Amino acid sequence: MRIEIEKRAATKLAGDINSMLSGYGASMKFMEVCGTHTMAIHSSGIKSLFTSKLVLVSGPGCPVCVTEKLFIDQAIFLGKKFGACLVTFGDLIRVPGTEGSLADLRSQGGSVKVVYSPMDVIGIAAQVAPQPVVFLGVGFETTIPTVAVTLKTALSQNVGNLFVLPAFKTIHRPLKILASQKDLSGFLLPGHVSAIIGADSYDYLPRDHQKPGVIAGFDGLDILLAIRSLVKMTVKNEARIENEYRTVVKPEGNVVARALIDEVFEPADASWRGLGVIPGSGLALRTPYDAFDALKRFPMEVPAAPDDPRCKCARILTGELTPNQCGLFGGECVPEAPVGPCMVSSEGTCAAYYKYGGGSVDA
Amino acid sequence: MCLAIPMKLVEITGFGVGKVDAGGVKADVSLAMAPDAKMGDYLIVHAGFAIEILDHEEAMIRLDLFRELAEATATEAID
Ligand code: SF4
Repeated sequence: MRIEIEKRAATKLAGDINSMLSGYGASMKFMEVCGTHTMAIHSSGIKSLFTSKLVLVSGPGCPVCVTEKLFIDQAIFLGKKFGACLVTFGDLIRVPGTEGSLADLRSQGGSVKVVYSPMDVIGIAAQVAPQPVVFLGVGFETTIPTVAVTLKTALSQNVGNLFVLPAFKTIHRPLKILASQKDLSGFLLPGHVSAIIGADSYDYLPRDHQKPGVIAGFDGLDILLAIRSLVKMTVKNEARIENEYRTVVKPEGNVVARALIDEVFEPADASWRGLGVIPGSGLALRTPYDAFDALKRFPMEVPAAPDDPRCKCARILTGELTPNQCGLFGGECVPEAPVGPCMVSSEGTCAAYYKYGGGSVDA
Repeated sequence: MCLAIPMKLVEITGFGVGKVDAGGVKADVSLAMAPDAKMGDYLIVHAGFAIEILDHEEAMIRLDLFRELAEATATEAID
């Protein structure tokens, strides 16, 4: 019964969307900012429900994809030169660095561990002490407070061999840059990042850029509902932030989580694959937590690492290209042997196209 | 990285920590970001941390909305 209701609701939403599109003179292009949305859009087959007047492009919301190659090289350097035990979330270990991936390092006898929660590093640090343990700090506002809590715990327990290689990123600055792209009609805003930063924090999108944004949950119906709102606002030439994920996202977000972030981190510049260095878009560790900063503790002699020029990840992350416009897609670059991070991550756009589009170049 | 499925808080095991149940499988969860979570609440869990408590009232509103949308399709089909 439930499935029947969902099917019918989806039909109604898609019908509404298409009838609004048919009465509209131009096409519309929306960007989904969150990697989990990218996957959900592909796995639920939503794209096939619309006419070609609606274009959905992916944005810079896959944390592994926006992380620069230099970061992988630095991690590998810490493992090789200082014998550090590298601890990371799963996806990162297959991203190719200049000389192989973290998975390659592990198969050569290096110490690389995958964890589900940052909290696990505290136990690992105790187990392997005095060997240094370096947590690879990748992620957005949803992940950052979990690391903050971990470091607060580590400080209170005087854990001396735990470090973080920080490459955390916050979403507003790049969103502002992308919002100035003329051909984008609006944004499908992330669910769980918004749970932390709050629906009200996107007020600059309508105010300064006249772009609508809708916060969406993660199942197909949630996303359809959000797209309908975006299309409706575009047709009426309105720009507002709407929250279609009120079950989880509050206007003010999670104040406790943000206080945790502020206690441990302070704004810093960050380098994004595809967007370059964006001032104030990352986070550095504040004193006394800067004692955990691997970059301060270990002298780093790692040269800048150019990406394979044939990999188009950078332009895919800004919604400029789709994966099938990359010459390596589905041929030389496949999930089993990825050339760029967008094919590695379970949230990467190339991986999503490959998995659900069958991997053919005209998918 | 985001798990969308809410998990039920079934045990408070210590200060700021508990256990959630996801389809019979229990997992540890930190409540550091959701200090107001109570037994029986549904939590959104990310990397071992509850990031928010599901708003039950809003969840009901959402279900009603989908039901209404489904009915609208049914009546359109009859018309
Ligand atoms: S298909 Fe591979 S090489 Fe091409 S953009 Fe995607 S990740 Fe890069």
